[in-house]
Amino acid sequence: MNMILPASVSATPNGTTRPQVRIVIVGHVDHGKSTLVGRLLHETGSLPEGKLEMLKAVSARRGMPFEWSFLLDALQTERDQGITIDTTQIRFRTRSRDVVLIDAPGHAEFLRNMITGASQADGAVLIIDALEGVRDQTRRHGYLLHLLGIKQVAIVVNKMDRVDFSADRFKEISDEISAHLTGLGVTPSAVIPISARDGDGVAEHTARIGWYQGPTVVEALDALEPARPLEQLALRLPVQAIYKFDDRRIVAGRIESGHLSAGDEIVIMPAGKIAKIKTVESWPVTPLKGSHGAGRSVGITLDRELFIERGDVIAHAGATPRDTRRIRARIFWLHDKPLSKGDQILIRLGTRETRASVVAIEKAVDPGELSNEETRAIARNHVGEIDISLAQPIAADPYQENSRTGRLVIEVNGRIAGGGLVLSVDAGQRAVPIDIVPVESALRPEERSARYRHNGAVIWLTGLPGSGKSTLARALERRLFSRGGSPILLDGDTLRAGLNGDLGFSAQDRTENIRRLAEVATHLARNGHIAVVAAVSPSADDRAAARRIADNSFREIYVATPAEVCETRDPKGHYAKARAGTLQAFTGIGNDYQPPAQAELRIDTSARTVSDATDEIERMLAETGILFDELVDLAANI
Amino acid sequence: MHLLNPDSAKDRLRGADIKNGSAVPQIFPDGRLPPPSMDHLDELEAQSIYILREAFARLKKLALLWSLGKDSNVMIWLARKAFFGRVPFPALHVDTGKKFAEMYAFRDRFGKEWDLDLKVEPCPPIDAVDPTLPPAARSAARKTEGLKWALTKYGFDGLIAGIRRDEEATRAKERVFSPRGLEGGWDVRDQPPEFWDQFNASVPQGAHLRVHPILHWTEADIWAYTKRENIPIIPLYLSKNGKRYRSLGDQDITNPVESTASNIDEILAELDGTKVPERAGRALDHETEDAFERLRVAGYL
Repeated sequence: MNMILPASVSATPNGTTRPQVRIVIVGHVDHGKSTLVGRLLHETGSLPEGKLEMLKAVSARRGMPFEWSFLLDALQTERDQGITIDTTQIRFRTRSRDVVLIDAPGHAEFLRNMITGASQADGAVLIIDALEGVRDQTRRHGYLLHLLGIKQVAIVVNKMDRVDFSADRFKEISDEISAHLTGLGVTPSAVIPISARDGDGVAEHTARIGWYQGPTVVEALDALEPARPLEQLALRLPVQAIYKFDDRRIVAGRIESGHLSAGDEIVIMPAGKIAKIKTVESWPVTPLKGSHGAGRSVGITLDRELFIERGDVIAHAGATPRDTRRIRARIFWLHDKPLSKGDQILIRLGTRETRASVVAIEKAVDPGELSNEETRAIARNHVGEIDISLAQPIAADPYQENSRTGRLVIEVNGRIAGGGLVLSVDAGQRAVPIDIVPVESALRPEERSARYRHNGAVIWLTGLPGSGKSTLARALERRLFSRGGSPILLDGDTLRAGLNGDLGFSAQDRTENIRRLAEVATHLARNGHIAVVAAVSPSADDRAAARRIADNSFREIYVATPAEVCETRDPKGHYAKARAGTLQAFTGIGNDYQPPAQAELRIDTSARTVSDATDEIERMLAETGILFDELVDLAANI
Repeated sequence: MHLLNPDSAKDRLRGADIKNGSAVPQIFPDGRLPPPSMDHLDELEAQSIYILREAFARLKKLALLWSLGKDSNVMIWLARKAFFGRVPFPALHVDTGKKFAEMYAFRDRFGKEWDLDLKVEPCPPIDAVDPTLPPAARSAARKTEGLKWALTKYGFDGLIAGIRRDEEATRAKERVFSPRGLEGGWDVRDQPPEFWDQFNASVPQGAHLRVHPILHWTEADIWAYTKRENIPIIPLYLSKNGKRYRSLGDQDITNPVESTASNIDEILAELDGTKVPERAGRALDHETEDAFERLRVAGYL
């Protein structure tokens, strides 16, 4: 049923210059939010013709007294229960602006909907029942306004008729809520005594609240300013996608802050690659000239081809976001199951998504009560601070520096379960300063691919000592080279003699050893070579880290030769030494090797020839897009 | 005066450094912020483009529902802007077979001119639809059934639809990314949270997601943008013999409203003064108190 006015007033015929401000009405359930909204619509002459009469008729038919809130509570389910379930938006005009009112449900059950509504607002009206005073949901909503980054808040003390318009009662409530909000860093712009049902203080001062000299609700709404795009801050352009619809390679995204122009030197974070903006593309007119500021959805082309993907953030050199794998955030939690230390979650920050785990929880609390701090878990509708460790590096800012790239949401099972502000970003994972300027190769990967007839790749051979990794790696190297490719062998032991000479065999050193191998191999792969890595790499976590570094160029081959066969081979004499007790921390004798669960290929060298195994690897590389398939052409020549 | 020219200043120092390096707040002559560089329509457009690109990035098989009306024409225009000229997914017209001749002519012409991958899908006969619905709603529900057929046929996991919050109360409660059940139904009581332009895009196997890129627009926004961008419209929206259509649906359940507005400027002027709802001419909205909500819960747009 059509119960809401479509007062179509946002765009005016002579232009679109009237400011539009979006205001959310929040507060405890039954404190009168929907009533205030209904009354505001009536007072500002925004109701459609016949609507009031029709609603009164509906009320009469249902045998209940007319309520202003019926205007909003349009859904059948809501009228039956008498509460607002979901957020609703409604528009009207004041003297100076267009107002979009967002009515958010006050019931604790529907906090997710309150957040959905409030997150879209420029300012908020927090409503409090004069009789009941500040309640848990009042405090909770106040706290969430702070977490949602809403700074402009007007307080309305409603139902003053129920306390005989007592100035003392008003002051009591006003003091309590002002203290609460100020403690959160939110200063109320006004505290207004009203009776929404009767209209006192909504659009006009009445004799019954003659002791009050401040603004009416309509005047207070008039004073709230629309939020502005962050043009004054440094450039942040989170990449949404790369489009290749024609011969242009367009990097698309929305400028969250700052501005950009063709010719700007940019850095692509978190990788730190540099490039120059060649053009700013558009449609139907393209390319565009001039500067493009925060809020614009743009498409740019770069002066060189480099690996860039959804989730990267484009910034100007010298003013980049941090790259990090560790974030501290203050969050609200909406999921039924409490968020606990050690939980695996999905983080969305800008357009980046990454898996993450909760390392620590602090200051978990019910914002309605603000007592009983917890450090084990954050319960539903509670808030808290968390440390999270990210599976991939991301680009982020603390929210005090940039509110758009300083906030994140948390997803559980494909559904948004919470969100919050980035308090700090630990850039300590990277030893180098953030303003390093990596130089890109003069050659594009495609140029090399065309010559080598393969894409870059990291072939990771893992398995017990003596399983045949080096033998297979050498055979594969020869095979690839003889077909014109560019394979490069990275043997674990060989690298330990030089690059990794500072590392021993502790778990930590092994992890670092694998990380360096993966970084070097990935660098080669990005430049079109096939890095063939032969390393025991016993830890599944370390190999997973290597896969993340190499990303989709990673091909894992589990050389699954039985342990007893490996020991009989013992090409380096290690098994013998370990059995004799002269070699410590040797993988093979113990059961500290963690076999891969999802390797691209599994080869048992005890059951087949080297040449046969190499054929199989070659086939896998062709099938997974590394080697360019020329078999058909060769067959045609025969 | 060249020192105050931001372009020449940029040659000497990086712009971003200047702005961030200064601890002194910028002061403007009248103590106010400078005028915004984007107007209201620019902001609406940028937001819609962002949503369309998110949908294209996060869903596997998208289609855009093209009802041929003013809203979905704006939506196609926005999609062309988002993807630099060509809509990279099919435009799906679920055809009740009862649209106005002018609408079919429009579809045939602009489907080609805009280079759309047009898919026209028929609706089932009226007998196949819930007989307890009032007549007009029952007729409109055919479209919901037709939509289900199309979903099954193509396996879309995302449908882009041109609904707006200001059209109707239940639509005001919609999410931008709105999950649908296996039967296409809308569980209004259990909508996921959606904030900060982060959208819930995970679709269970066999279900789909509705994407609403112009949810935040109003009827007047649509007209103002149509005029600014010079987007073609069906002439039925303009006054003829003192009447025009504000909203176009099936011929038998859509009525014109009294109007003398014969061009978009006049439409905007008329909207500025009116208190009559946009869908006043759509019979199905007014049959019973909850008919429209029942339609939407079942998967109607």
